[in-house]
Amino acid sequence: MATTAVSSERANYLNAEYGIRSWLFTTDHKRIALLYLISITAMFFVGGFFALLIRLELLTPAGDLLTADTYNKAFSMHGQIMVFFFLVPSIPAVLGNFLVPMMVGAKDLAFPRINLLSWYLYIAGAGLYIWCMMSGGVDTGWTFYTPFSSLFSNTHVVEAAMAIFIAGFSTILTGLNFVVTVHRMRAPGMTWSRLPLFVWSHYAVSLIMLLATPVIAITLLLMVLERALNLGIFDASRGGDPVLFQHLFWFYSHPAVYIMILPSMGVVSEIIPCFSRKRIFGYSFVAMSSIAIAVIGFLVWAHHMFVAGISLYSALVFSFLSYLVAVPSAIKVFNWTATMYKGSISFSTPMLYALGFIGLFTIGGLTGLFLACLGVDVHVHDTYFVIAHFHYVMVGGAVLGYLGGIHFWWPKIAGRMYPEGWGRLAAVVVFIGFNLTFFPQFIVGYLGMPRRYWQYPAEYQVYNVLSTAGASILAVGYLLPIIYLLWSLRYGKVASENPWQATGLEWRTASPPPTFNFDETPEVTWEAYEYDTMPLPEEVTLER
Amino acid sequence: MSDRAGLGDSPLVVEHEARPELRHHFADVVQQRNAASLGMWVFLATEIMFFGGMFCGYLIYRREYYPSFAAGSKSLNLWLGALNTAVLICSSLTVALSVRASQLGKRRQLLWLLWGTIFFGLVFLGVKGFEWRDEYVHHHVPTFYFSAQDLIRENPNLHIDPQATKIFYSLYFSLTGVHAAHMVAGIGIFAVITFMAWKGKFTPEYHTPVEIAGLYWHFVDIVWIYLFPLLYLIDRRPGA
Repeated sequence: MATTAVSSERANYLNAEYGIRSWLFTTDHKRIALLYLISITAMFFVGGFFALLIRLELLTPAGDLLTADTYNKAFSMHGQIMVFFFLVPSIPAVLGNFLVPMMVGAKDLAFPRINLLSWYLYIAGAGLYIWCMMSGGVDTGWTFYTPFSSLFSNTHVVEAAMAIFIAGFSTILTGLNFVVTVHRMRAPGMTWSRLPLFVWSHYAVSLIMLLATPVIAITLLLMVLERALNLGIFDASRGGDPVLFQHLFWFYSHPAVYIMILPSMGVVSEIIPCFSRKRIFGYSFVAMSSIAIAVIGFLVWAHHMFVAGISLYSALVFSFLSYLVAVPSAIKVFNWTATMYKGSISFSTPMLYALGFIGLFTIGGLTGLFLACLGVDVHVHDTYFVIAHFHYVMVGGAVLGYLGGIHFWWPKIAGRMYPEGWGRLAAVVVFIGFNLTFFPQFIVGYLGMPRRYWQYPAEYQVYNVLSTAGASILAVGYLLPIIYLLWSLRYGKVASENPWQATGLEWRTASPPPTFNFDETPEVTWEAYEYDTMPLPEEVTLER
Repeated sequence: MSDRAGLGDSPLVVEHEARPELRHHFADVVQQRNAASLGMWVFLATEIMFFGGMFCGYLIYRREYYPSFAAGSKSLNLWLGALNTAVLICSSLTVALSVRASQLGKRRQLLWLLWGTIFFGLVFLGVKGFEWRDEYVHHHVPTFYFSAQDLIRENPNLHIDPQATKIFYSLYFSLTGVHAAHMVAGIGIFAVITFMAWKGKFTPEYHTPVEIAGLYWHFVDIVWIYLFPLLYLIDRRPGA
């Protein structure tokens, strides 16, 4: 084995090899996870920059900071970067990549080189997108609706669409790797009913990635052909059907919401039992609700199109199915709550994020039901109510889950503890900043402020000032972890094998793990989440 | 697009069984083969969804603009389409036989069958290219001097909408173009497989790459088996 272990330090995946080549050509799933972590963090801050521009413009009612055209580009690129280059890959490509093989007791994902290829595809897509951004950007909104994108927009639509097309294949390959790994690479004794719920949610999300992403790929390809060759497939004036584009787009993009939220649900399902010192309540219900969300999530897409001229009957059916998808989500929330009931709860940083997730996701999910209601949707369609709703799910849900997961597994990833006090502070700052940013948007949206405008009547200003103030607090909350996590790499307390006394195979190997994860292939003889037999962790016993 | 198990050696290979194709992270070759095979099946499921988007558009517009689609379909060269269908079925036969030959360890036979597959693939692309050229000559390529006047003249009884025929040809070229791109990829994959077979990489114990490349090839064939009736045989009744 090509290890150059320092005698004082145990050989692990970080010190196994040195040099830039050992990272760029690695097939180790843990190193690829770190490559993803760095690249998606970079894209997150690019997307965040556009969010900053949007919030600054909306500080005052007049369109004074940006021109209308620039504002169109700002919200379009904010959406596209955050959705396609941050949220979709965030937890699966970083935490999933790192943890799925370890949690099932494997040495690596089934196809390590395909895993590396998926990172290069991501980089190619992100690079093309950055180039598109530098050369003038795109103004179609993140949705690329035709015929605006195919006929009228004078911006770099083709480049942006192709960048997302390429990045889509990176998602597909990640999902393919997870499905095959979960099916074929489980350690002896790791039966399906013993899999951690994080793995179940990644299995469910992989199914969505595999079956939905190809549809957005072909849809964007057709849109690009339509634009480049002037075909007319999606142009009503030439016999085509723009609503068909919307159907195909949302056939991917609604399930994509579940691509973003399901992995976060998996993270929360790990954190809640650990910091409640209790077995998860209703394991099989939580596991199966992930699959149910994946399946039903494919059948609700047209609730984005209630005002696009679809028939009343199909709208009724889609409205009903959208209500139905709330059932498995609610099962999860109730089971997490029941897990905490009479638990021995400690408010460590990951737990704070998980609790924030439950509250904010519940608000985001319930307002989703308002929008699934046909009558209410007509009133609030394309207003800030919708913006607030999906940010509660995507930021309040997905991003909080991501940050919670990063903190929870940071000792395993880095081999060092993050500073707990700073961690809690950042979690609280994120929670406050988030709510201050997006709660006023529910109100201003309900009052009638439409999305995607760069100026607005003066009566809405107070809500927008609150929102912009909240966004700057939120930005501080995002910057803090960057600083103290980097600090902890050098100065953090050295982490033990299992600092949280958590169950799960990833905690039964060294921190950081060796290149092949386990010194010996583990044999699993226990159920997941056996917290009744685990001792209490030293760090938190003092504070309970 | 599957994992080419055994195509190269990872720097981190651990020796625990004297099988050169066994990658370090698998317990045994059976697990490795099952993983590779499942990986290809899963990939093919994504391919079905990829083509599915276009098939969906095709079905919607065919229902909406049936006469124009029928007239467009009739203008396609039925005999060349049928010939290509036969060519692809033959190529699937050579692929199936090549998997068998690799299982039996018949290297010479395997090489001939792989060359045969590549040959049939190239014939298909050649015929398809000839058809495309023909359609260009008849002004049936959207955007490039497109005209549906000949169809309107030939089918005086049908209500033909030039815009709708343009949509037919747009979908025809998108579908056959994406299919042809998959054929090109398939030929590339089989070129690699042929090279590996020539190098003597395959034994009766190890022939997974032949099998999973075969799965891909059969899938691309099946797509054509659906494309042929959908595009060429919409309405071929005489005098209709």
